[in-house]
Amino acid sequence: MTIAEKPVRQRKVVGLTGDGAAADAMMQIDPDQVAAYPITPQTEIVERFAEYVANGDVNTEFVAVESEHSALSACCGGSAAGGRVMTCTSSQGLALMHEELYIAAGNRLPIIMPMVNRTLSAPINIHGDHSDSMASRDAAWIQLFCADAQEVYDTTIMAVRIGEHPEVMLPVMICFDGFNVSHDMERVAMLAKEEVQEFVGEFKPLINMLDTENPISIGALVLPQFFFEHKLSMIKALEGSVNYISEIFAEFGKLSGRPQSIVESYGMEDAEVAVVALSGIAGTAQWTAMQLREKGIKAGVVRPRVYRPFPAAEIIAALKGVKAVAVVEKAAAPGAAGAPIFSDLCTAMFSMDKRPKMVNYVTGLGGRDTSSAQYTAVFERLQAIAAGGPIGQTLSYIGARE
Amino acid sequence: MAINLKELVKKDIKFTSGQRLCTGCGPALMAKWTMLAAADYNVAMSSATCCVEISSVVFPMSSWKVSWYHNAFENAGAVIGGIEATYKALKRKGKMDKEFKFIAMGGDGGTYDIGLQSLSGMAERGHNALYICYDNNAYMNTGIQRSGATPKYAWTTTSYVGDAYQGKQQRRKDLVSIMAAHDIPYVAQASIGYWRDYMTKVQKALATPGPSFITVYAPCWRGWRSEANATVELGRLAVQTNYWPLFEVVDGKWQMTYTPRETKPLAEFLKPQGRFSHLFKPGGEPLMADFQNEVDFKWDQLQRRVKSSL
Repeated sequence: MTIAEKPVRQRKVVGLTGDGAAADAMMQIDPDQVAAYPITPQTEIVERFAEYVANGDVNTEFVAVESEHSALSACCGGSAAGGRVMTCTSSQGLALMHEELYIAAGNRLPIIMPMVNRTLSAPINIHGDHSDSMASRDAAWIQLFCADAQEVYDTTIMAVRIGEHPEVMLPVMICFDGFNVSHDMERVAMLAKEEVQEFVGEFKPLINMLDTENPISIGALVLPQFFFEHKLSMIKALEGSVNYISEIFAEFGKLSGRPQSIVESYGMEDAEVAVVALSGIAGTAQWTAMQLREKGIKAGVVRPRVYRPFPAAEIIAALKGVKAVAVVEKAAAPGAAGAPIFSDLCTAMFSMDKRPKMVNYVTGLGGRDTSSAQYTAVFERLQAIAAGGPIGQTLSYIGARE
Repeated sequence: MAINLKELVKKDIKFTSGQRLCTGCGPALMAKWTMLAAADYNVAMSSATCCVEISSVVFPMSSWKVSWYHNAFENAGAVIGGIEATYKALKRKGKMDKEFKFIAMGGDGGTYDIGLQSLSGMAERGHNALYICYDNNAYMNTGIQRSGATPKYAWTTTSYVGDAYQGKQQRRKDLVSIMAAHDIPYVAQASIGYWRDYMTKVQKALATPGPSFITVYAPCWRGWRSEANATVELGRLAVQTNYWPLFEVVDGKWQMTYTPRETKPLAEFLKPQGRFSHLFKPGGEPLMADFQNEVDFKWDQLQRRVKSSL
């Protein structure tokens, strides 16, 4: 009998913030170790998890470290010692971890990390944009993006299986918007703890420093005759992980009764104009598209839930038949031709014989809202381009004073 | 805790030959003696980026017969803390039935300077681990740059001896006092010139529950501009001139583990080191006098602490 066929046990629907959903998923995963450091707007995750520790609701060793650098360092140590380990962070914390992000991936340690998207200083600002995780996009972590608290809960649980898959063995960050998701109270349908435990299963480490029969040296100096192959095996594992992500999404979809897709789409069956966006801002785009469709405009929205590895084939499939596309992003790539997702998507589509016209928008830096009116303007521009009008400037900034 | 040489020679040294450290390397002796002192235990280690790290594990070879993890430069304390924390969790969950000792190792740059925060965190959180800093007085791996451990007036490649300045212009950091101020159960200062004293301290630290810290003086003849056969002798002279006293802080009590019967002149320690050659040239007298003042000040300070611990 598969997990999905078993009778549903003590499931409940509760009110949770995005942070609360991450913390509760962590509690149900009950990892061996959590090493974390508080930073707004991630704090509720560590606080809530620390409460579970104090109340004996988890059997986790909680290490309240003195910095994010040490948080991920301790996680690397714990993972190398054969434990299932987790941390969580945001913004400056992720920036401080930067060195360790590469090491965790290079050492092939499947550390799981909810990551609340907040902009990067300066100027200092605690609100949400994707500058932080985009600055880490080449660290070879799997990056999953969530649009609401339910997705945060579901994705955190799935992330354990994804990272620990023997063909993957890479760390995973679960990204969601600061405040808009992290602090917004929503309905979250939870699984029973035993169901989560069964789904994630026992961690079977490939690397275990505490195996006395097989002592292991990790973190060797690797000179040019071997370095490239080391890196390449990691890169291939990340590229290949997209298939396992799909499989694990499907399995969790069956278990939870909530179908999961690595690229969500709205209205894409017949869309002529479409917005591609990650996480929360795709919600406003979808609402706008719904309004426009009532007026007969064939608008659609594509929202990847996986950003690394970049699910190019799935996004391209979703955009089939679309005439004009706007990639709307909550992160800038200063000095570049386009923001990160736009650059990725253009690269993926460049060799195609038939491809849509593409424009790029940067929006909502430092937590500024992107309104439906702004999306309406985006869709109107796309319609004009689809009708053969000029593309004009490729990259624009929405809602900023000149 | 007596070290018996006859017993010692029978032990398996879990730091093997074949590593790529220099001839006459002080830190190599430190690594070997550490593993001898810990030979009876299951050991898991973390290492800062340092000379010993870069020379002992060059893919696909390793000199370590225990599990060993090099992660980065500044985080040996955090990494060993993470290893120990997971060990505790696995033990609690019944997935681990073996006893382990946890050792972190780093040079002075990775400990006094860039790794100080991580070390402090490890100590404050009470991880059951021993951190060993082998102090060779500079960033030797990158080519002899000054660190917080470099003594005043020493020549390094970032504190040259010129017309405007003669060597490092600042005093060295007193890391042992900083670690003692964490009120951890065991802190000690040792030198590779006194192997029995050092190994006794390693064994004491490993037998003490909770965090412990040892700084061991490990001369680098390349960086100090001396001779390859002078390593151990310099490690002894540092102690015999009162420059590097051997002591420990056990549960807050400061005690000497060795006191030279007769204090040798400081010049005997400094003269064989080319990095101090300007102290022995015309005009070097005031520098020498100031160096002696600092040695006397630190020695008196230590003796006061020892007396007040009685």
